[in-house]
Amino acid sequence: MTSHSSTAATTDLTDQGVAGGLSGTGSIGTKVIGSAALVTVALGAIYGLVISGPDQKLGNTVRIIYLHVPTVLAAYLAFVITAIGSAMYLLKRTEFWDLLASSAAEIGVLFFAVTIIDGALWGKVTWGVFWRWEPRLTTSAVLLLMYVGYLAIRALPADPRTRATRSAIVGLVAVVNIPIVHKAVDWWRGIHQGQTVLGTVDPNMAGNQLFAMYTSMIAGLLVFAWLLIHRFRVGFLMERTEDLALEEAISARRQENAGQTGQGA
Amino acid sequence: MGRFPALAGVDLDVSDSQIVLLSGHNGAGKSTLLRLCAGLVPLASGSAVVLGNDLGKSRSAVRRRVGLLGHETFLYEDLTVRENLDFWSRAAGATKEDGLSALDRLGVASRLHDVNVRGLSAGQRRRVSFAAMICRRPELWLLDEPHAGLDAAGRDTVDSLVTEAAAHGATVLFVSHELDRADALADRHLVIDSGIIVDETRRADTSTTDSDSVPLGAIPDA
Amino acid sequence: MRDVLLVAAKDLRIERRSRIGTAQVLPFALLVLLLFAFALDPDRGLLEAATPGLFWVTVLFSAVLALQRNFGIEAEDGIIDALRLCGMAPSSIYFGKVLALVVQLFALEFVLVIAVAVFYNLEFNGIPLLVVISLAATLGIAATGSIYGALSARLRSRDTLLPLLMLPLLAPVLISATRGSEIALRGEVGTGWSWAALLGLFASTYLIVGAVLFSPLLEDA
Repeated sequence: MTSHSSTAATTDLTDQGVAGGLSGTGSIGTKVIGSAALVTVALGAIYGLVISGPDQKLGNTVRIIYLHVPTVLAAYLAFVITAIGSAMYLLKRTEFWDLLASSAAEIGVLFFAVTIIDGALWGKVTWGVFWRWEPRLTTSAVLLLMYVGYLAIRALPADPRTRATRSAIVGLVAVVNIPIVHKAVDWWRGIHQGQTVLGTVDPNMAGNQLFAMYTSMIAGLLVFAWLLIHRFRVGFLMERTEDLALEEAISARRQENAGQTGQGA
Repeated sequence: MGRFPALAGVDLDVSDSQIVLLSGHNGAGKSTLLRLCAGLVPLASGSAVVLGNDLGKSRSAVRRRVGLLGHETFLYEDLTVRENLDFWSRAAGATKEDGLSALDRLGVASRLHDVNVRGLSAGQRRRVSFAAMICRRPELWLLDEPHAGLDAAGRDTVDSLVTEAAAHGATVLFVSHELDRADALADRHLVIDSGIIVDETRRADTSTTDSDSVPLGAIPDA
Repeated sequence: MRDVLLVAAKDLRIERRSRIGTAQVLPFALLVLLLFAFALDPDRGLLEAATPGLFWVTVLFSAVLALQRNFGIEAEDGIIDALRLCGMAPSSIYFGKVLALVVQLFALEFVLVIAVAVFYNLEFNGIPLLVVISLAATLGIAATGSIYGALSARLRSRDTLLPLLMLPLLAPVLISATRGSEIALRGEVGTGWSWAALLGLFASTYLIVGAVLFSPLLEDA
């Protein structure tokens, strides 16, 4: 009986694998993305830290921007994906969209945390303090906390449908707030156009600086994509292990019952 | 929590005007089956057609037409009996008068009408819940232990309401542990164990093949 | 519309009976105002300068308490199942809850304003703008609060979860209401209306979001 169900487990996994055999969460696709990410990260680091020169106004601190901009970009992309996944889940009710939304949210929170940390480091170097109420950093802090709430909802034990619905609702409610938080924080800090120090690409950037900027942006997106695919697959496998437990419970009940009625008759 | 099935293999056909008794151990899946028929529990697999509506497609259409008497009261504790009946009858599209006559039918004394539900005894609450259920004139009655907590007079009232409802074409599915009384009331008796129907007895005079039936084969999420 | 009023009237009647709002939430709010006075020395002008912000922070905290109560009643005794079965449109239930909350919060704010005027020595200017800002902010709090209140009502950890979800979401409301009130109190008005507009945008956006999301919320969450 036990040996039977364990063979069922292995066949199940290979049958339903999203990307061929699922001995791990890697595949040819992710290996390509992963290698490309490594190359661009290395390239971005070399150009950002060594080859490109310091900025006229910001000096060497400009180099933090080569990390800051890609992470914030990927984080926003992540929250948009979470919102799309959430909306599609409520329409289609399929596991795919729920897993996409939650995987993206998790990585988005991670990238936002990195953004805030590197922003604070930049602040320490530039202003001498870790935190000033710089509009972009303030917005990031608010949004980070909003999505920490998403992860908190996600972490509560519940049946899959309930959990997915709850988190989809939070994903949609949160994303709508992003532009409003932006506007409110900008006005609050007395900024009415995009004149923030962090978070905008200096139009005067040229040559190696610009190359470092774009390379690191591509690197950020590639790292994000690589993490997202892997996180998605881990989530998918976790669901499958739960399904196996469910199927086992059902078949156990059926067998038990068949045994009983057999004896009765 | 988690995802263990409450029902693993239920195949059930119930036709109009039938009174069906469900019995079985605690945790056998009886209450889940009732909630499933009320459209409150999503189907994980299998299919269910209740009152002509496919529950796999839409669960909301059936809800207005069923009445569920559950373990919980479905009443606001801080409101009076009358206010509860007003709210629930009007919420279901019935009138205040429907609510009041339902209270009469259940034998809830008028001196209790302005008492907060919080101050009622368990048996009195049960009667008020029952009144809130019937004031909307459901076509399918789903009763989870309707006799529990009631005195002899209350039990007789329940029995006569059930028989009367069936005579007017309503279908009744109820769960009970008091098998003597329940068997006398029911046309059919199904025994559920571990989410599976294991035994069935029916009265000789009832036919079960009917076009408007309720086939169930369902595994909802627990 | 009839259902909206039915739900709102039911909520207000329950509040009138149980008096949780007047007996617990309101005293809590007044207590917070008192604590702020202890924390910020009233003689150095800090309290007066910070009054609009302190007022709105107090409102937010009290609103979270009011929300827990307002949705706690729907989570007891199988009421959610009964609401699902009764056939009212989910959006009607949502708007009914929002309406009842707006009435309760507005009443709370009214008492708090009097308290602030007395204890913090507040002089009133720009009253029309203040009223509009309060209404829009309250509507925004009720609109978002009814979504997350319903979402967390049946969770065991709702007492900690609701503030975690609500307060970051309400950051723009706090900023806008505080800044708008400051401007109104200084009698400048002009730019105050853009804050009011932002609050209005927040409220109307979330009223739409809530009306759409309340159906899956009632159904599966």
